[in-house]
Amino acid sequence: MEKTLDTKFTYTEKSDTRSGFGDGLLEAGRKNPNVVGLCADLIGSLKMGAFQKEFPERFFQVGIAEANMMGLAAGMSINGKIPFTGTFANFSTGRVYDQIRQSIAYSEKNVKICASHAGLTLGEDGATHQILEDLGMMKMLPNMTVINPCDYNQTKAATMAIAEHHGPVYLRFGRPKWPIFTPSDQKFEIGKAWKMIEGTDVTIFATGHLVWEAVVAEAKLREEGISAEVINIHTIKPLDTEAILQSVAKTGCCVTAEEHQYNGGLGDSVAQTLVRNNPAPQEFVGVDDSFGESGTPTDLLEKYGLNADNIVKAAKKAIGRK
Amino acid sequence: MEKLSTEQLKKTASQVRRDILRMVHEVQSGHPGASLGCTEFFVALYFNQLNHNNDFKIEGKGEDLFFLSNGHISPVWYSVLARSGYFDTAELKTFRKINSRLQGHPATEEGLPGIRIASGSLGQGLSVAIGAAQAKKIDGDEGVVYALMGDGEQQEGQIWEAAMYAPHHKVDNLIATIDFNGQQIDGPTNVVMNLNDLKAKWEAFGWEVIDTLKGNDMESVLAGLEYARTLLGKGKPVLNLLHTEMGYGVDFMVGTHKWHGIAPSDEQLENALGQLEETLGDY
Ligand SMILES: Cc1ncc(C[n+]2csc(CCOP(=O)(O)OP(=O)(O)O)c2C)c(N)n1
Ligand SMILES: [Mg+2]
Repeated sequence: MEKTLDTKFTYTEKSDTRSGFGDGLLEAGRKNPNVVGLCADLIGSLKMGAFQKEFPERFFQVGIAEANMMGLAAGMSINGKIPFTGTFANFSTGRVYDQIRQSIAYSEKNVKICASHAGLTLGEDGATHQILEDLGMMKMLPNMTVINPCDYNQTKAATMAIAEHHGPVYLRFGRPKWPIFTPSDQKFEIGKAWKMIEGTDVTIFATGHLVWEAVVAEAKLREEGISAEVINIHTIKPLDTEAILQSVAKTGCCVTAEEHQYNGGLGDSVAQTLVRNNPAPQEFVGVDDSFGESGTPTDLLEKYGLNADNIVKAAKKAIGRK
Repeated sequence: MEKLSTEQLKKTASQVRRDILRMVHEVQSGHPGASLGCTEFFVALYFNQLNHNNDFKIEGKGEDLFFLSNGHISPVWYSVLARSGYFDTAELKTFRKINSRLQGHPATEEGLPGIRIASGSLGQGLSVAIGAAQAKKIDGDEGVVYALMGDGEQQEGQIWEAAMYAPHHKVDNLIATIDFNGQQIDGPTNVVMNLNDLKAKWEAFGWEVIDTLKGNDMESVLAGLEYARTLLGKGKPVLNLLHTEMGYGVDFMVGTHKWHGIAPSDEQLENALGQLEETLGDY
């Protein structure tokens, strides 16, 4: 069905965003000898094998010990190393929240927390592994930068960009093969939203895998004569409030779309921005206070209301509330 | 429940292995390696050792309780629960599919009989088992609490918090087992993060430690579990080091971490099933 749609962005290939991370880490490692890698028994899943192979003296297998890994990373950063930690998003956040809070965020350490298998699209492993609260936990921490790129190319660019940014960063990516629809030569600017598609009736603010769903939703809405603007919010924090306010000033309403709980996610951040400056109708596409479950990524996005069709519905609802 | 003889247990184990492989193959997802490696343990426990009712009540008052900390080996547990009557074996075919009670990692949310707590995030199950054992003591309940952990899982700090706690509080109605298969996701445990002398570590923490050297031999597993029970009630928790082989029972899966978490292809399944007698009827 997607194939026959006239989407403004297209793809010929799919890849997982975690491979974008792995390839970006390798390049960051080649550019900067201070980049070091740590992983908690998930080298294959995090695609850190190439970095490990090329820089064995700068790579540390820590075993299944995520709390220890966060402390080690904080310690390594003290003399100028730039540690990239790798494990699943659940074990990168909730599992080690206080270690991150005290030793990394509060202490302003230059640690890059790189988190794979985030959200429902992790699939069959089910709710224990499908974290839908991580953006909230991480954005609540002072000093923390929070990034959730949308495809392989953007994840690779983001990985290289955070190596050059000083300060704690949470980088969130995922497991499934996903369309590669952004350019391979993009420059990733932390904190700068990317207006991908211009529109006038409604703005769709999307992050992570749901940016692709937003691109599809725009085409579907266009077929029905509705003009949607699509903005890629790859950086949840610091949030590009200027881009958000400018767009909503024009369209008068918005939808936020993310693979996360309503509570604590991108939708929350956008709502706060609007309420404080220019209240406007907003609809949320996300998970409504529930855990996930086992299933295929496609089935799960459908069941939990996170695909393009749900964005289309939400957009119409937001327009109706203007 | 009626206790099965060793011969019956062996027959059951063969069927459970078939179930594991067919479940993981059907959905092309899940963890066959340590499920196969722990089959003798689960079968001996549920069909011979555990005093339990298959009319499931989450409180389990007066019963022995089992907690699985390394939740990724759910296939072996689900098969054994179904085969011992907790739910219909036909439900095994829903494993890891949407709207199933058989979640990728064990969960209570969908109400699957036999499960008392979610697991999957490693390192948490021993603490839960100790808590449950202490609750039994408060009630004067003579039931025994069992827990199973992985050996890679021993790298989690919480395990050692629990290891320190249980002897201090004389939790002597607890038998914890470690699936000592020497493997984890990224490779052999001694390459990933060496556990060194695990036995000495647990002894130093104050546990009564036994070795079950042949963890894939039904007689030995049963003897180990029986012996463990005789050590209860003497002021110390019991730790059973169960030496198993990951992937046991299928020649091309045995002894390697490569089958920790991948599914067999159609041909591989056929080959594997050819090595395992269908004793109780496939689901
Ligand atoms: C807290 C946590 N960290 C990481 C993982 C990912 N993970 C699942 S199984 C596993 C390896 C476990 O090794 P072991 O306990 O030896 O089990 P085996 O591979 O023998 O089945 C890892 C790292 C997890 N489930 N939970
Ligand atoms: Mg192991």
